[in-house]
Amino acid sequence: MPEIPLLDLLPSGLQTLTLILLKIIAIVTPLLLCVAYLTYAERRVIGFMQVRMGPNRVGPIGLLQPIADAVKLAFKELIIPAGANRFLFILAPIISLSAALSAWAVVPFGPDRVLADINAGLLYILAMTSMGIYGVIIAGWASNSKYALLGAMRSAAQMVSYEIAMGFALVGVLMAAGSLNLGEIVNAQAGGFGHWFVWPLLPLFVVYFISGVAETNRAPFDVSEGESEIVAGFHVEYSGMSFSVFFMAEYANMILISVLSSTMFLGGWLSPFEGLVSAETLASPLGSLLDSGFHWFVFKVALFLFFYLWFRATFPRYRYDQIMRLGWKVFIPVTLVWIFVIGVAIAAGIGPWFD
Amino acid sequence: MNSAQRLIKTFLLWELWKGLFLTGRYLFARKVTVRYPEEKAPQSPRFRGLHALRRYENGEERCIACKLCEAVCPALAITIDVEPRDDGSRRTTRYDIDLSKCIFCGFCEEACPVDSIVETRIFEYHGEQRSDLLMNKVKLLAVGADEEGRIAEDRAADAKYR
Repeated sequence: MPEIPLLDLLPSGLQTLTLILLKIIAIVTPLLLCVAYLTYAERRVIGFMQVRMGPNRVGPIGLLQPIADAVKLAFKELIIPAGANRFLFILAPIISLSAALSAWAVVPFGPDRVLADINAGLLYILAMTSMGIYGVIIAGWASNSKYALLGAMRSAAQMVSYEIAMGFALVGVLMAAGSLNLGEIVNAQAGGFGHWFVWPLLPLFVVYFISGVAETNRAPFDVSEGESEIVAGFHVEYSGMSFSVFFMAEYANMILISVLSSTMFLGGWLSPFEGLVSAETLASPLGSLLDSGFHWFVFKVALFLFFYLWFRATFPRYRYDQIMRLGWKVFIPVTLVWIFVIGVAIAAGIGPWFD
Repeated sequence: MNSAQRLIKTFLLWELWKGLFLTGRYLFARKVTVRYPEEKAPQSPRFRGLHALRRYENGEERCIACKLCEAVCPALAITIDVEPRDDGSRRTTRYDIDLSKCIFCGFCEEACPVDSIVETRIFEYHGEQRSDLLMNKVKLLAVGADEEGRIAEDRAADAKYR
């Protein structure tokens, strides 16, 4: 337990509570900052891919743009449509954001650097990421708008379809790791990049990440927003802060899916050079960058986030029936077959992953 | 292409990677954006911006109130009133251009037999109220006086094509 001044003066129950609250702040504050700058990165990267500059006016190379956006949104009027269900209308973005943030409790940032080191971490993640869809559905229904309802129904069907493929992909991971605890899943991949689960589980990895893109309602699976068809989908009636909360939830979810992909398939905080560099190199200041640590975790997450933005700049939106076909007729059979393959591989003890 | 080959390509996401690499190349391409207040796109001598009325070098107004510009104006933005001056010459007493109607087609400039009404290169003007965009004879002559050097230069550059 870290030393915090004056903490001993509190009764023991409050001590634990204060410590947990501080940890939550330590996770959520940088996360929301990342969310803000992810929107900036998105606009810059997509701008560059479209051979233009992107935001470059507010602050040096536009670095203060997310802050300007946040201030603008915070000062805008919060409009509640006349026929809307007021309670649910306000509740929906809160559900979305709290589901997106609560999943972070079990994310391991390093060895033992985790808020809640629970055994069923993977199940908790599955439960929490599926909760987010309630925010979308409730928002669509409570808005009393045809466009919002259409968006909500689309995303409900999409989430149900891709949840299954995602679950099966995670079954593969838990078979390979033999644990539902995210920290232990990372530890099971120790020993250099050849030991990462991305190699034996490559099809599951691809299915997981694509389903993750679909789960977060990002392009090319953004039919629930579909700005060219149904204006803005489920959040068409939202303005100001309530809209920005949906926005934050979406980007927090993107970061979460990237974090989970790197934790479960790319070895989380582990260095790819484990066992390849000598102990003396690791001891030197520059060589210590090659050691396992938080920076590798950040690097892997950033890679996935870049792919998110890259997808959005590249692919046109899937048609609704194509999304359903991909989810049910391609991803689910592929994952089922690969789970069987993994079962055989584990029974045969094929190394270096399953021996 | 046989079906086995197609199946393999589908599962390797071949077409998707091709698309990704296309956009990936453009990530490093030279950006075409003109950063406007610092950088400006080049202007032609035929640029059609804010209007001006010109004078001859001896200070006499060029405009002879022939009303050709008023007649040709497709947006009906020009209004001209005429009265003979004391020396008997035909002059305008009123020459108004409503910039909020003007479509900057340049027909007035083409119609003018004495090169009096011209369009300058000024495009960064603004009005804080509606009346700021209603140009009258005084304002137009003032623009002409300010810009005469540039206007004459541009007419000279374009002379061989007219």
